[in-house]
Amino acid sequence: MNTNTVKISSSNLNLYYGSNHALKDVNLELYTNKITAFIGPSGCGKSTYLKTLNRMNDLVPNVKIEGEVLLDGENIYDQRVDTTLLRKKIGMVFQQPNPFPMSIYDNVAYGPRIHGIKNKSELDDIVEKSLKGAALWEEVSSRLKKSALGLSGGQQQRLCIARALAVEPEVLLMDEPTSALDPISTLKIEDLMDELKEKYTVAIVTHNMQQATRIADHTAFFLVGEIVEYAPTTELFTVPKDKRTEDYITGRFG
Amino acid sequence: MINQVVLPAQHGVSTSNSIYNKRSRISDSVLLVLIYLCASISILVLVGIMGYVFVRGIPAISLTFLTSVPSTIKGTFGIIGNIVNTLYIIVITLLIATPLGVGAAIYLNEYAKGGKIVRIIEFTTETLAGIPSIIFGLFGYVFFGITLGLGYSILTGALTLAIMVLPLITRTTQEALKTVPVSYRSGALGIGATKWYMIRTILLPSAMPGIVTGIILAIGRIVGESAALLFTAGSGYLLPKDFFGKVFESGGTLTIQLYLCMQKAKYSEAFGIAVVLLVIVLAINGLAKFLSHKFNTEVKES
Amino acid sequence: MQPKTYSIFSGHGSKSGIERAAEVIFTICGFFAVLAVASISLYMLISGTPALFKVGILDILFGSTWMPTAASPSFGILYVILTSIIGTAMAILIGVPVGVMTAVFLAEVAPPKLTKIVRPAVELLAGIPSVIYGLLGILVLNPLMYKLELKIFAGSTTHQFTGGANLISAVLVLSLMILPTVINISETALRSVPQHLRSASLALGGTQIQTIFHVVIPAAKSGIVTAVVLGTGRAIGEAMAISLVSGSSVNIPLPFNSVRFLTTAIVSEMSYSSGLHKQVLFTIGLILFAFIMIINISLNNILKKGDAQHD
Repeated sequence: MNTNTVKISSSNLNLYYGSNHALKDVNLELYTNKITAFIGPSGCGKSTYLKTLNRMNDLVPNVKIEGEVLLDGENIYDQRVDTTLLRKKIGMVFQQPNPFPMSIYDNVAYGPRIHGIKNKSELDDIVEKSLKGAALWEEVSSRLKKSALGLSGGQQQRLCIARALAVEPEVLLMDEPTSALDPISTLKIEDLMDELKEKYTVAIVTHNMQQATRIADHTAFFLVGEIVEYAPTTELFTVPKDKRTEDYITGRFG
Repeated sequence: MINQVVLPAQHGVSTSNSIYNKRSRISDSVLLVLIYLCASISILVLVGIMGYVFVRGIPAISLTFLTSVPSTIKGTFGIIGNIVNTLYIIVITLLIATPLGVGAAIYLNEYAKGGKIVRIIEFTTETLAGIPSIIFGLFGYVFFGITLGLGYSILTGALTLAIMVLPLITRTTQEALKTVPVSYRSGALGIGATKWYMIRTILLPSAMPGIVTGIILAIGRIVGESAALLFTAGSGYLLPKDFFGKVFESGGTLTIQLYLCMQKAKYSEAFGIAVVLLVIVLAINGLAKFLSHKFNTEVKES
Repeated sequence: MQPKTYSIFSGHGSKSGIERAAEVIFTICGFFAVLAVASISLYMLISGTPALFKVGILDILFGSTWMPTAASPSFGILYVILTSIIGTAMAILIGVPVGVMTAVFLAEVAPPKLTKIVRPAVELLAGIPSVIYGLLGILVLNPLMYKLELKIFAGSTTHQFTGGANLISAVLVLSLMILPTVINISETALRSVPQHLRSASLALGGTQIQTIFHVVIPAAKSGIVTAVVLGTGRAIGEAMAISLVSGSSVNIPLPFNSVRFLTTAIVSEMSYSSGLHKQVLFTIGLILFAFIMIINISLNNILKKGDAQHD
């Protein structure tokens, strides 16, 4: 039996890019300390939905968002919301590893610093803890002052995870975090995610259905801006209720 | 499988963990104010310069001003001589610099095999672009004026300016050549055209708007140039008596005349010339914008 | 290729005359810039060095008395060199922050519509002939400076009144003249910073301003340094705009002193100089040329480093 505490819930969420209705009445709940995967063909809205959860879509010109997203019961689209606090609580890892062109240390310390932590030893602790949390500490502890751009793609992506962890988020959004990586790096990050969910609520967008079955507790299937089906992962992949889900997971389209 | 769903306790706005605690960051506001301040300084200064020059200069402009030469007997002042000199220098400079600059760009983009030679040429082109005009003036004075014996003349000035605008024309032509798709080249060469034929019939026509933009920008530099002309073209202000002979006589451009007026504290005449110069600069800017815009859209369409 | 025989092995030898002539002509054009830089360097050396030996290198470079037309002339240009260095440095100190902030405004803060209006205006600023800046300097800045001078040095018996033609006026004109260069190049550099770096910072809870100052500007560093170097080159080489604004005597470069820059010394004295005086002016030109070459070479190195970073 599963005990699921709702961390984030969106209700009747609609999103328009200009006249393009990109998300249609999305109702979804993310559960605390669980991994939720969003799957679906390209352009189905799964990444767009992920970005509404930390309001990164606000930055897109001509975007209009309607509906409600509750984080611990607080509507993140409320006027009173401080988006920087919101994004501190909801971390994000992008599809392409995007370390800053600075040292490994400064990359991880970036978040804590902008949130006002200046104490050197405190920062040292955070950096070490975050890099350990992202399973990267062993590989980089001897070269923290070296440029992050010298790391391999997989290491860079784990550095980006460490960077996100350093601000102590509660939720971690991952937008196809392994699509730019080789299989071994992918495996490392999948292993890492299993550990991450003990402390964080995780949502991941993935193109790879096997990945969803390997790591996710729940999976949502998106199609042209709508959620077709949302269920525990095993259920969705073994006994899909919707014909379209079945077609997709058996590879008949997409 | 049974999913027992537990909803979180709705916590109030007062909680320290709430995302509703909007913070105001003083450092952010200070920096934002700074950004706006600097931008407004830049913009206001520009508007101020243009406005001031026009307000003070337009009253000085009259038909006599534009169509006569200074006359001590009549006590009138006019800049037609300087306008003609400026035109002379523009034409001669471009006649020299355009073939050289375009040729250099063709060499760099189409013939040079890359590596060290290209690096050296590109470095010297950059260097040439960075040399201040006063140095060009000194060089032109010594080399063209004294060594070649051309003295203070329009030709000396034009030769000097030709070297000065060379990098500008080379670079804009290079940029234009780079935007010509490789498929055009291979298409022509593939059907057996020779390289020179390909350059003449495919490359140059496609790059022409870019080259013309470069030439227009060069005209802008020539019109605005003063330090390089002071010791080379001199300050003659009379109309030419002999069309070709003028080339070997001294001739001050509009900017030189403006400088001389300033030295003599004839400020209203100076502002009159400044207005004429600004109008030319505005026109050149607009023309270059128009052409490069047209060029860009054409490339995108193809 | 148009081989006379139909062999595909026709190498260079069988190219037609026109083909070969075209190649040769283009090659000559290509090397013209090299030739020009070489001749300019050579001529500057030839014309600039004689005075160094006639007057004595130390006497010229470190002498502080400039009396070129006196009965027993003295050609110390220390103050002229110092004026150029200090004046340029001050112009950079004023012009670069304002320019970079304006670039930040255009690239990061301003609504696109406003950028569309302001950017062409800035480009226009770059095209305004330098004599016009000089004209405005004389008629707007100098009177202001004179008022300031009268207030500050009221009752002073030692101060030489300049009528406002002083170092500050020249520095302000110079900082204004480097603005377009700094703005244009910095803006390009800021815009070329990949969007994903901004997203990364924002997603960590950084504000827009924090993102700009902690991520975007550092990432655009090499471009901004390029802007500074080019601005330095422009400021140190500017002559006509400041020749009348900066005053007409050689002095220690203090804010309210009338001063001569390397460039303005040449501009204002060339026409009436002769003999050794003229040769010394060429030496001044040579020193200016040396400064410019140093700037060019460091610029080249910066650009190379920037390229290496991107690889």
